[in-house]
Amino acid sequence: MSALTVNNLRKSFGGLHVTRNVTFEVAPGERRLIIGPNGAGKTTLFNLITGELTPDSGSIALFGEDITRVPSCRRPHLGMARTYQIITLFPHDTILHNVSLALLGLTPMRWNPLINMRRQRHLQEQAHEALRRVGLADIAERPLAQTSYGERRRVEIAMALAQNPRLLLLDEPFAGLSIDERQDVRQLLMTIPRDVTIVMIEHNMDVALEFAERITLLHFGEVIVEGTRAEVVADPRTREVYLGH
Amino acid sequence: MRRHQIALLAAAVALVTLPYWMSGVYYINVASQILFFAVFALGLNIIAGYGGLVSLGHAALFGISAYVVGYLLQHGFGHASAILGALLAGLAATAVYAALALRATGIGFIMITLALGEILWGLAYRWISVTNGDNGINLHGRPQPFGIDINSATAFYYATLIVFVAAVAAVAVFVRSPLGAALMGTRDQPRRMNALGYHVWAIRFWACMFSGLLTSVAGILFVYYTQFISPQTLALTSSAEVLLMVIAGGAGTLLGPIVGAGLVVVVKSVVSGFIERWNFLLGAIFVAIVILMPEGLVPGTVRLWRRAWQGKNGTSP
Amino acid sequence: MTFWLVLTVNSITFGGLLFLLSAGFSLIFGLMRIPNLTHGSLFMLGAYFGATFIGGYLTLQFDFWVAAVLAALSVAVFGAVIERLLLRQLPGQQMAQVLVTLGISFMVADFCLLLWGGDPINVATPQGLAGFVRAGPAVFPLYRLGVIAIAAAIAAALWLLLDRTRLGAMIRAGVDDPDMARVVGIRVSQLFTIVFALGAGLAAFAGVVGAPILSVYPGLDQDMLPLALVVVILGGSGSLLGSFVGSIIIGFIYNFGQALFPELAYFVLFLPMLLVLILRPQGLFGRFVP
Repeated sequence: MSALTVNNLRKSFGGLHVTRNVTFEVAPGERRLIIGPNGAGKTTLFNLITGELTPDSGSIALFGEDITRVPSCRRPHLGMARTYQIITLFPHDTILHNVSLALLGLTPMRWNPLINMRRQRHLQEQAHEALRRVGLADIAERPLAQTSYGERRRVEIAMALAQNPRLLLLDEPFAGLSIDERQDVRQLLMTIPRDVTIVMIEHNMDVALEFAERITLLHFGEVIVEGTRAEVVADPRTREVYLGH
Repeated sequence: MRRHQIALLAAAVALVTLPYWMSGVYYINVASQILFFAVFALGLNIIAGYGGLVSLGHAALFGISAYVVGYLLQHGFGHASAILGALLAGLAATAVYAALALRATGIGFIMITLALGEILWGLAYRWISVTNGDNGINLHGRPQPFGIDINSATAFYYATLIVFVAAVAAVAVFVRSPLGAALMGTRDQPRRMNALGYHVWAIRFWACMFSGLLTSVAGILFVYYTQFISPQTLALTSSAEVLLMVIAGGAGTLLGPIVGAGLVVVVKSVVSGFIERWNFLLGAIFVAIVILMPEGLVPGTVRLWRRAWQGKNGTSP
Repeated sequence: MTFWLVLTVNSITFGGLLFLLSAGFSLIFGLMRIPNLTHGSLFMLGAYFGATFIGGYLTLQFDFWVAAVLAALSVAVFGAVIERLLLRQLPGQQMAQVLVTLGISFMVADFCLLLWGGDPINVATPQGLAGFVRAGPAVFPLYRLGVIAIAAAIAAALWLLLDRTRLGAMIRAGVDDPDMARVVGIRVSQLFTIVFALGAGLAAFAGVVGAPILSVYPGLDQDMLPLALVVVILGGSGSLLGSFVGSIIIGFIYNFGQALFPELAYFVLFLPMLLVLILRPQGLFGRFVP
């Protein structure tokens, strides 16, 4: 059974076909890289998988369960987590609060209007633990506004990991990072255990290629090439897509 | 924290002893008005401040509860059923209001709430067989909770104070709760909240219901205070007044709407004693605050105070 | 039969007035992405200006149409001033801009009350259109038919302006995608002022034209603003066709509602808005969801 099955997915905005008949499968534990030039429809594909966009046709299955009609806010409860290419965090709050919100999102406690959130020992401990995993435990109480860009990238990942996902979708986790910060994030991604399947969009080939086991190349919303790292790199169509213009 | 507690204690003592040092029925009545308008503003602040959903029709929800009290009393019901009926009607109206307005957020939410508020105002104005039109509905007397007569200004003040304290406590608890944190999350990053597993619409809906409950409670206090309800209470100016309380004091803070209510009620009482141009002043204050101090008085003052205090001690943030 | 015919003509007349009011509202909304809550006040201000010019309170007595144009121009200038001096202070902060327009609407309302008092002012029908038209058993005031013609002419002129001129092309580009318009070199901020002034002028003109039918009174602004809102929610923001169709629909519902269920007329207006919000949140002809 695949971790993620995307079958014949289509989406268009007006007359613009941004996703055309996209079909692929990701095996459990796999590290999949999705590449393609700007406008290839990579982020749209993520938004379709997470349900933020509704496909015109096609289906999506998570570990064999059809989730095409599942509302997007239910999907994290089924073990799907994502990060954003453009950082979307809670700017007025501390790092700890950001991660706490991620944890809270999956518990029924999120509906509770009566208890004091700061006094929920278990929640706070879990949040600290999630921050330890990404090396931010020391600055847990720091307001997000006072953190560096690299730290925010790690908060993004910490929030996704805190939800203990089975499938993790990373949208350009290296975007905008310095060389050193990139190494930090790379090492962080390496520590993620194999029971988490990862699908990653990335432009930065030197870090991403090393991480990926299989690669899917998208172009104008279509899957052009799919295969192992070596196969895709060697394929003439890859060269054509990237150098043809 | 200790300074906080001292300030809280001082405020509590001042409020409880107010009728003794603030002599004169007029001033005690002004204090009562501040308190129930503060409850109203606290209610609006739940969605406008913590939820980022600016409602311009809240006076209609406030007015519906007041009308239901008036209507039921007029038709021979007792105070208990009038109050209960008003709360239920207020909540039911809020549910419909929220279901419609939450089709949109941001500017769309403002437009829909404004339209709904105007429609309910028009209904109050024209549906004469029920609302008595422009003449409004008069009440005769106040209820006697637990057999206590609250017809005097002082007694009504204490009844209002009790409700006010309960409302403040409820909001304080809510703001620290997971649901409160979730609401603020939907204000700042709705998309991310959805991706984290929160049902953004439902969170906003329940926030509206809480807001509607406080608004109804305030509407009931209002109608028992003035002993009169007319379409003017539902007008856009009334919605704007309460929004001004929230924004002037500081949206998204606990203290802000209370300070804002005090400010607006006092300015209005003082000004209307001299001239009739309250609406002009209301508009001017609105424009000035939005352009010059958009964060509101409470956060603005806190910021200035902190800066001064830290400057003196030479500590960095 | 006669009753229904007269009601129909009245509905179309009112729809025409609503179109003059809401076309500018819709364009401002489409371009600046804010509902201009002073729009009712601009309508009322125009009506008061017109009534003053026509009534000869300023020693000079103007012809109805001259007064209407003068009122429209004065209010257009006022609109441009609001946009330049106040809304410009809050670039990109739509919520704050809406609240500023709300504040100004209260100031205008109070200002009018101070200057013109609380009593309604009746404005006489312009001389050329004072008569009646007979069609079988039905009698129509000529003025109402005139209003329909004027509204139709202005609708056509606006359509030409938007569809055939360079300015219109820039406005359309701004409505469709303000960021993109900025990128291709359209001076969007200048466009804001022009459209705001145009919308204000149209609303004021509508106020004068409507004055012989509605008269001028305090609270006219609050009667008209919700109608403009409902028209735009119904028709869709930023669409001229949307405000045209929306105005006619609301014109009918309002007049038939008044005649059939006078107590609930205002409430009946709410039904089409409700349906549109549920079924088609961007409005009948709208390009975006507000």
